[in-house]
Amino acid sequence: MSASARSQTIDISLTVNGRPVQASVEPRLSLLDFLREELDLTGAKKGCNRGECGTCTVLVDGRRVNSCLVLAASASNHEVVTVEGLAKDGELHPVQQAFIEADALQCGFCTSGQIISAVACIEEGHAGSTEEIREWMSGNLCRCSCYPQIAEAVEMAARRMEADNA
Amino acid sequence: MSHQESSVISEKVTRVDGPSKVRGEARYAGDQKVDGQMHAVPVLATIPAGELESIDAKQALALADGIVVLTARDMPRLHPDLDNITVPPLATRHIPMQDNLILYEGQVVALVLAPSLALATEAAKLVKPIYRTHSYINPEHQVPQSADPARGNYSGSGPLDWTKGTPDAAYASAPHKVKSIYTQPSRHANAMEPSAIVAHWHDGQLTVWDSMQHISSVQITLAAVFGLSIEDVRVIAPHTGGGFGVKAFVWPHEILAAMASKVCGKAVKFVLTRQHMYNMVGYQPQMTQHMALACDEKGQLAAIRQDVENVTSLTDDYVEFGSAAARSFYACDNISISQRVKRGNINLPTFMRAPWDGPGSWALGSALDELAHEAGIDPLDMRIRNHADTEPQTGEPWSSKMLLECYEEGARRFGWRTRPEGGTRDGYWLRGFGMADCSQGQARFQSSAGLTLTAEGTAHVASSFCDMGTGPATIFRQVAAEALGLPLSAVTSDHGQTGLPAAGPTYGQSTTISTGNAVLMAAREIKAKLAAHLQWPVAETVMEDGCIRRNNERLSIKDAMKLMGMQEIASESTFALPGGAYVDMGAPGRPARSFGALFVEVLVDPDLGLVRLRRATGVYSAGRILNPLTARSQITGGIIWGWGMATMEGSHLDPERGRWISRDLAGVPIPVNADIPADLDISFVEEFDHEAGPLGARGIGELAATGVAAAVGNAIFDATGARLHDLPITPDKILGALRLV
Ligand code: FES
Ligand code: FES
Repeated sequence: MSASARSQTIDISLTVNGRPVQASVEPRLSLLDFLREELDLTGAKKGCNRGECGTCTVLVDGRRVNSCLVLAASASNHEVVTVEGLAKDGELHPVQQAFIEADALQCGFCTSGQIISAVACIEEGHAGSTEEIREWMSGNLCRCSCYPQIAEAVEMAARRMEADNA
Repeated sequence: MSHQESSVISEKVTRVDGPSKVRGEARYAGDQKVDGQMHAVPVLATIPAGELESIDAKQALALADGIVVLTARDMPRLHPDLDNITVPPLATRHIPMQDNLILYEGQVVALVLAPSLALATEAAKLVKPIYRTHSYINPEHQVPQSADPARGNYSGSGPLDWTKGTPDAAYASAPHKVKSIYTQPSRHANAMEPSAIVAHWHDGQLTVWDSMQHISSVQITLAAVFGLSIEDVRVIAPHTGGGFGVKAFVWPHEILAAMASKVCGKAVKFVLTRQHMYNMVGYQPQMTQHMALACDEKGQLAAIRQDVENVTSLTDDYVEFGSAAARSFYACDNISISQRVKRGNINLPTFMRAPWDGPGSWALGSALDELAHEAGIDPLDMRIRNHADTEPQTGEPWSSKMLLECYEEGARRFGWRTRPEGGTRDGYWLRGFGMADCSQGQARFQSSAGLTLTAEGTAHVASSFCDMGTGPATIFRQVAAEALGLPLSAVTSDHGQTGLPAAGPTYGQSTTISTGNAVLMAAREIKAKLAAHLQWPVAETVMEDGCIRRNNERLSIKDAMKLMGMQEIASESTFALPGGAYVDMGAPGRPARSFGALFVEVLVDPDLGLVRLRRATGVYSAGRILNPLTARSQITGGIIWGWGMATMEGSHLDPERGRWISRDLAGVPIPVNADIPADLDISFVEEFDHEAGPLGARGIGELAATGVAAAVGNAIFDATGARLHDLPITPDKILGALRLV
């Protein structure tokens, strides 16, 4: 990239966890680096920076994305939700609560991504059975290998959310 | 009173760090920010052997203001104090950027600093090193050699040659025998958190936020690098995003970050990329294991030979003691082992989950299965027949061992005795059943913990241990709560930094046994102090429900402390090892080891070579289990690691260029959720190991990853009749072997 391309910045405005955010960013800045470096929202992690691990998963307009593969500039005019934005009035989201109860985390480094991914997985209607959950949660790696517990947590949360909505 | 005993320990207590982790609030090393910090990005050698002639940094420096390019010339020289730090805990004696020699591809030749990560990354690409190339030594092609004790202390942690009886003669005359060679590729840990460090100097003192497994190692090593006193180095690591061994010792990037910060006068944040994790920290080395086993007509082992070779760097001799298996698993009068290394231009391997017994159990557990088939004996009966009642090397009694109970309970839960015949069809799939021993030697480290009881009936644990997801922060509060008769909610703790009583490391499945015993001893000391003040015999004193009681006399903690005129009682205890040792493998004369039996069912598609894990049953003998919830997660995590080792993982070197061919999670497969069935049946036999420590516990973290590859390979053989000796067992190898069956 030439020096001039770098110094050119783009003005963006978006909402992050319900808060309006305005910033001027380099075109090359990823959404992940924007969240972590500029907004100090470090819940989303950088496990690979290439779309392989899912530790950087956030919601953009309700869809789960690997934020390392999204440019901050392209998130302008969209709604971004990170793991920090899930709890409402201090109360944990049912998925967060289920992750604790099912012991679906060890080191916790993949956990933000897993939880965001699980929220979307349930919303997409992909939490009908353990097998379905295992398949649709496979974009999020966990090297501590909490997979059975993660599947259990997603199922637990999905059933509770169904019951709450019924 | 039984209700007290079961109130906190042995409960499924959820993790104390759960809430901060699910909220995304837990800050890892790479999440730290220091005002004015510089981001470091390394320039790595693109040749595996040679010399750095020069470095052209003009373009990089011209990119923007504030860019710094550090080369060997700019770095401080290592202080002679570092000579007193052994390897390990210093990971390798070879610290890059001290001279111009290049010994492996990916060695750091320069470090670029810039105020933003993007700028540092861009600038690093513009730095142009000029090399003079030497001829490349591919370690995998070298003749195995004896390890040199002068090349680091790794080779001193076990016997390099050892023989008992006359294995060759016994082998020659036995009626049943097998000889095979088991191989496995190098494997990288791929913890989800790449290593990261933020280094910051202030008034001649160094503070680091680091991603690691042992606070004290980092503290003493960095102090030695700069000739500082230990108190002048502060280390902070509240969370580590998985370590699996490769964050156990102090690797060069940790030293380089601290040096860079010193040189530039600003805080330096050095976060490794996934790619860096392949060259800049260790991995489990490529191994070849020559096995020879023989038995009599009844299956009694007559001879075991395990001759092990592993690759290592030119800089230090790392020895992967797979032969620990032959020395420890089975009763046999004639055993012989050897360990050799093959040196070449690669970065140094290291201990990785599960070291020694992990690779060792793959070779021995598979060879024993071969022998059982050769002799026409059920693989489980073969193991029962050769059960090692005492430690095979020394004949000493184990600290505690309930493996026979594991066999029985595992066989019952799995239905081993009534399993369908191997190769039975289920649709397209062939079903196969296999089992193997799990076993890992128990390291115990000297470890200290502080504990304070307040008049309010609360307690606080303080110890510098790291919690990398294995759960000690939770378990130690349970230990304190139980021993002081308090609810868990009344106990808080601090860990993961210097300035606290020095804990042993978080590796070698040693944390619970080492620091856990220190916490228990501190609690007992508090109880003894209280009892002494009340003039009660300590043996008759009970702490329960926030009270202290002797027979019918009962005082709340608050009242007792008031009586004594105290606001709090503090104690600090050290789990000290006999003879002042820093580490041992159980009390003298009572070797400690954790055991288990793993049974698996796999499905193999004979047309495509695909393998699926259908279910697994593991039963373990690991002393007292302190938290069944976190213990289960540790075990299932280990089994999944083993599944990866058995069927997926491997890092390969380009034979010409000496570089890791894949350095990412796309080219190196690791298990994902869809690979793992929900049906992992885990249990523990009831056991209290008095000999290993007052807590009654042993370790499980490494144990769980042993034996898995053997059980899986044995099950694939059961399904197909094909015996695969080379890991990972991938579809291409299965199809190749099926053509020959
Ligand atoms: S960091 Fe985005 S997928 Fe790995
Ligand atoms: S909890 Fe450690 S990587 Fe998932």
